[in-house]
Amino acid sequence: MDGPAILARLQERFGATILEAHEHRGDHTAVVGPAAGLEVLRFCRDDPALRFDMLMDLTAVDWLKYPGREDGLRFEVVYHLYSVAENHRVRIKVPVDEDTPVVASAVGLWAIANWFEREVWDMFGIRFEGHPDLRRLLMYEEFVGHPLRKDYVINRRQPLIGPKN
Amino acid sequence: MSVGQFFTSKVDDAIGWARKFSIFTYPFVTACCGMEYMATACSHYDIDRFGAGLPRFSPRQADVLFVVGTVNHKMAPVLKRIYDQMTEPKWVVAFGQCTCTGAFYDNYAVVQGIDTIVPVDIYIPGCPPRPETVLDGLMKLQDKIAAEKQRA
Repeated sequence: MDGPAILARLQERFGATILEAHEHRGDHTAVVGPAAGLEVLRFCRDDPALRFDMLMDLTAVDWLKYPGREDGLRFEVVYHLYSVAENHRVRIKVPVDEDTPVVASAVGLWAIANWFEREVWDMFGIRFEGHPDLRRLLMYEEFVGHPLRKDYVINRRQPLIGPKN
Repeated sequence: MSVGQFFTSKVDDAIGWARKFSIFTYPFVTACCGMEYMATACSHYDIDRFGAGLPRFSPRQADVLFVVGTVNHKMAPVLKRIYDQMTEPKWVVAFGQCTCTGAFYDNYAVVQGIDTIVPVDIYIPGCPPRPETVLDGLMKLQDKIAAEKQRA
């Protein structure tokens, strides 16, 4: 399937739950309401026409103070899906609220989501409901805060950690 | 100068001369500076001329800790432990800009100069330093070793 057909299939199945669908330089994106994120992902994986069997990337964006996005939700979790069988791709975006930054975990759909979601938790402080082991992935446990948030002060220093035991 | 003073200063000189030409390095290589370290260590630049040709990959057998490349906060305890495991006498060389000051990694992850963790004897600047710079630093370290009051 080509990009427009994938978006059309999602819109046909989910209707208004797909908040927005657009294409930019050949990449097709669907923005999904926060509540239905996992449901859409599951459909993408299991639908016989879509068959997105591979989660290429899972990351997040902090839109804090971004010109033109002041009134939208602060975060966005981004899924890049690829189908090995069909050789097609799609990008799913799920907006996330600043006050309750929680998204349903995709570990049950693609096992690789485990580390991706730990990284997003580490860097952006977005929690993934249902994740089996949500610990920091890159930073050390003693680290305070989430460094890729736009309000993390760029030259903030944290105390050096000494040798363990 | 008494005979005794003359004798001890000459012994110091002899030990210093021996030590400066038997530098066993521990290459703590974490990043791209490692390529430049390898270039220096191989035949074109031949640091064996300075008696530093034998890297030891056990800190207990090494005299000089070469910290080559960016050290981040997660790595810092490891570096400290390696340094603590080395036996006296020991020296530390900060190889490259990242180890000297943190360089352009002015961010949440990178240690802003390894001298915040371990004492440093020689700073070799450069991003990465050219092999000539490294050899210059090594020779400065040799001078420092030779001039030290030897802790025999």
